[in-house]
Amino acid sequence: MTVTGFFFFSIAAVVLISAILVVVLRNPVHSALSLVLTFFSLAGLYILLNAQFIAAIQVIVYAGAIMVLFLFVIMLLNLDKEKRVGEKHPLQKAFGIAIAVFLLVALGSIVAAGVLYGNKGIHTEARVSAIGNTKAIAGLLFTDWVLPFEIASILLLAAIVGAIVLSKKEL
Amino acid sequence: MIPLSYYLILSAVLFTVGVIGVLVRRNAIVIFMSIELMLNAVNLSFVAISKHLDSLDGQIFVLFVMTVAAAEVAVGLAIIINLFRNKETVNVDEINIMKW
Repeated sequence: MTVTGFFFFSIAAVVLISAILVVVLRNPVHSALSLVLTFFSLAGLYILLNAQFIAAIQVIVYAGAIMVLFLFVIMLLNLDKEKRVGEKHPLQKAFGIAIAVFLLVALGSIVAAGVLYGNKGIHTEARVSAIGNTKAIAGLLFTDWVLPFEIASILLLAAIVGAIVLSKKEL
Repeated sequence: MIPLSYYLILSAVLFTVGVIGVLVRRNAIVIFMSIELMLNAVNLSFVAISKHLDSLDGQIFVLFVMTVAAAEVAVGLAIIINLFRNKETVNVDEINIMKW
């Protein structure tokens, strides 16, 4: 096995185990902490994929900002003392897992069929590493994708206003 | 060199774990975290296919997905705090006032 293969399989194992722990663990704080581990190891996969900028953003935005928000809310709501209520819908687990298995088979058959195709772009690995990953992304972001970029800033503004309006007790 | 299909299969499994979390768990915050898992699974396939096709558009899409995820988390957690304030619970089975 090559070095890249070793790193891929070990990081993939960490990603899967911590993702399953997010769903399985009872305490929401533990779920949040294993979600942090998932995000960190996904950043490792992005580095393997030569997407260094995305890896950095993953650590800063996801593992940093979003997870701090999650932990803050869990702490605020004091959920670990929440009483365990009985299952209202006993068949829910069975149906949920059945639907998920069906979805996995569907997605797996798409991957196995190999129907993914497309035209090759101009940003080959050599070209991107010559100018730098971040610089290449920035160049695209401020030329071809400048309108979506501006709309994203409006979306963030709307989210800030929405969060303040929702969490204020009375306006 | 890892084949593209390995990344896609990992992404599919990660997405399925997120779907299981949304369908099986009853804690609104854990459901929210499972949604984040699904978004990350999609991000992984975006980056993998972007590398496969020698294009950077996938990585820019990941940037936008992260923006939307951040906005979604800010608003969604505010909604969950409001729910907890009104109903003293985050169990989605007990939040059924709009159910017919």
